[in-house]
Amino acid sequence: MTDLADRQKLSYIAAQAADARLNVELETEGMTLNLGPQHPATHGTLRIIVRLDGEQVIWAEPSAGYMHRGYEKLTEVRTFPQVTTLVNRIDWLGSFANEVPFILAAEKLMEIEAPPRAQWIRTILFELSRIANVSLFLGDLGVQLGAITPVFMAFRDREYVLNLIESATGGRFHPNFDRIGGLKDDLPEGWITETKQVMKKLRNFCDEIENLLFGNEIFQSRLRGIGVIPAEVAKQYGLSGANLRASGVDWDLRRDQALPLAYDKIDFKVWTHPDGDSFARCWIRLQETREATKIVDQLLDGIPSGPVMAKVPRIIKVPEGEAWVSTENPLGEMGYYVVSKGDLGPFRVKIRSASFNNISIVPWVLRGVYVPDVISILASLYFILGDIDR
Amino acid sequence: MTALLAVDLPYWAQSLLRVLGGTVAVLLPAGTIVYLFLFKMMSFMQSRLGPMEAGPYGSMQLFAEVGKWLQKEDIAPERADIRVFRAAPLVVLMSTFLLVAVVPFGPDAYFTDFEAGVFYMLAVSSISTLGILMAGWSSANKYSLLGGLRAAGQLIAYELPMVLAVIGVVIQAGSMNLQTIVIKQNSDSIFGWDGLGYPYILTQFVAFLVFMIAVQAELTQTPFDMPIAESELVSGYMTEYSGFRFLIFFIAEFATAGVFAFIASVLFLGGWGVPFAWFGWDDINSVDNWMNFGGPLIMFTKMMVLTGIIMWVRFSYPRFREDQLQRFAWKVLIPVSLVNIMITAIFKVAF
Repeated sequence: MTDLADRQKLSYIAAQAADARLNVELETEGMTLNLGPQHPATHGTLRIIVRLDGEQVIWAEPSAGYMHRGYEKLTEVRTFPQVTTLVNRIDWLGSFANEVPFILAAEKLMEIEAPPRAQWIRTILFELSRIANVSLFLGDLGVQLGAITPVFMAFRDREYVLNLIESATGGRFHPNFDRIGGLKDDLPEGWITETKQVMKKLRNFCDEIENLLFGNEIFQSRLRGIGVIPAEVAKQYGLSGANLRASGVDWDLRRDQALPLAYDKIDFKVWTHPDGDSFARCWIRLQETREATKIVDQLLDGIPSGPVMAKVPRIIKVPEGEAWVSTENPLGEMGYYVVSKGDLGPFRVKIRSASFNNISIVPWVLRGVYVPDVISILASLYFILGDIDR
Repeated sequence: MTALLAVDLPYWAQSLLRVLGGTVAVLLPAGTIVYLFLFKMMSFMQSRLGPMEAGPYGSMQLFAEVGKWLQKEDIAPERADIRVFRAAPLVVLMSTFLLVAVVPFGPDAYFTDFEAGVFYMLAVSSISTLGILMAGWSSANKYSLLGGLRAAGQLIAYELPMVLAVIGVVIQAGSMNLQTIVIKQNSDSIFGWDGLGYPYILTQFVAFLVFMIAVQAELTQTPFDMPIAESELVSGYMTEYSGFRFLIFFIAEFATAGVFAFIASVLFLGGWGVPFAWFGWDDINSVDNWMNFGGPLIMFTKMMVLTGIIMWVRFSYPRFREDQLQRFAWKVLIPVSLVNIMITAIFKVAF
């Protein structure tokens, strides 16, 4: 750990020395490079301003906000059930996971709880959206490093998961399925057996990616020891999710907090990695995808029967109060602070999305690295633009 | 060429034939590589179909693409160095044509029979570096500049292992003439057994590997594609090009892959020839005339196998970082090829 932190410090000192050298001795000038807003590596409109000495980064600054859609403000003119449509679009790869914390916050304010079957199905869909999200990351990782083949495998196998989500909810990308007090519908017939088969396929996909990418020497030499984030720094910058666990912090909201979800009924492993480098972050995500398939399998085995909707009034008025609920979303901790004044809609919603906090470390972690490493570090931090700009 | 048609052609007709032959030798491999490997093999590896609409199995797709590129507007950035910007793709393509000029395709089917062929080949292959550097510098684009600088560093670094790998073959053949190297490989025998000729890949396998890795880097194909690096530098030195200037870069990339595969098959796999013992030929003068037609076909087959390997690696691997790439060239490839030269020389003197 300290060794890696030292290396980071040394590379920073080297960058500073290079800066001084180019200013004093050579009288060359640095170059300011705008990575984005339109750039193939940022999968969206994130702009990162980097100051380069040759190919070494002296200084970097992310500039977010090119895709700001004002969801926090828009929620104030929507009723509570309408808000899920908006928040679906925040992390668009794992949409269902965005709805859950908001609905839980509303339920907390109304002091109702979804029936057990609804809780289990929520958890299953939550994990499926995690798989849909992270499996695309695993393929995209190859593209960022120049290997074009894995991404097609990721799209191929992600399609199975999307089909499952579609057949259960009616929406491939934006399910809008979660309701205050339960779910819109029960699962369709035969969904459970089909899901089990797909989970098997997804585990095969993980093995494939592990062999194809993670075992590759070039891949390892590109990611190991690059972009090291020590545990202390990760905590200070408010990282969450796999980025934090890759720094050796054993922190997972699925296990660490009691929510009306089915996570306490099953056992699963929370993976951590001591290194904190780019490879660790990618490896953690691979293991979590595997773990998620196992979680889904366990949940499918123990799914209780019963209704999927609690008794809720037809017109939902949420009593006055404030509630904060956060969950362990695919990208990290996502939470909603909901303030209600007893109206049909929320008075104010504060959205805490994972990527926005995760990219706050970019200026720290990019100092002293080379341009190709900028891309691999950004890829391993894994952000989604909708999750940054909301 | 003259002996091929068994008549004495006037100079202008010979020149015309050479120009036509050169164009075919550059464009035909490029087209075949792009269709077979870039369109179809890549699609097969990535569990998709690739182009299927234009012609049977999408075989006319390439013409559609070329038509599309020719229709596009030829855009140059406002602050670009226009002359250099326009000349750069032509310089890169010129290097390809100069390379193909020295490759023998048959006993008489060659463009020039050049004594210092190997030397010339290694020299003109560097011209493309110049074109890439011109493109990178003149585009007035920071990504292009970074790509061009990376390309210059990389191509110069990998020139050296390539030269050193070829020296092993030159020592063994005792000649720098590519035609002589081909004839030697096909007329020699292994311990008296001449059923296979004596392709130099058997003794120079290490040199072959080093040569192919260097070719991969010279062509900026994937494990070494930082000059283009589409996820980092958008498209490197090609970022600002559109229309037919991009097309020329594109043709040059794949045609050069074909030409380097031609050269590799000449140096290591016996080139255009079949083992002379099969037909009872003694030397170059007794080789039948039909080899002028058969030779290009044999060369083409060998070229397809070698480019198949190049493309296979391209579609499978992630890319190096450029400091890792330099380290690989200077610390692994160059020592290995130096040791190879030493061992070859010792064997040459001893036997």
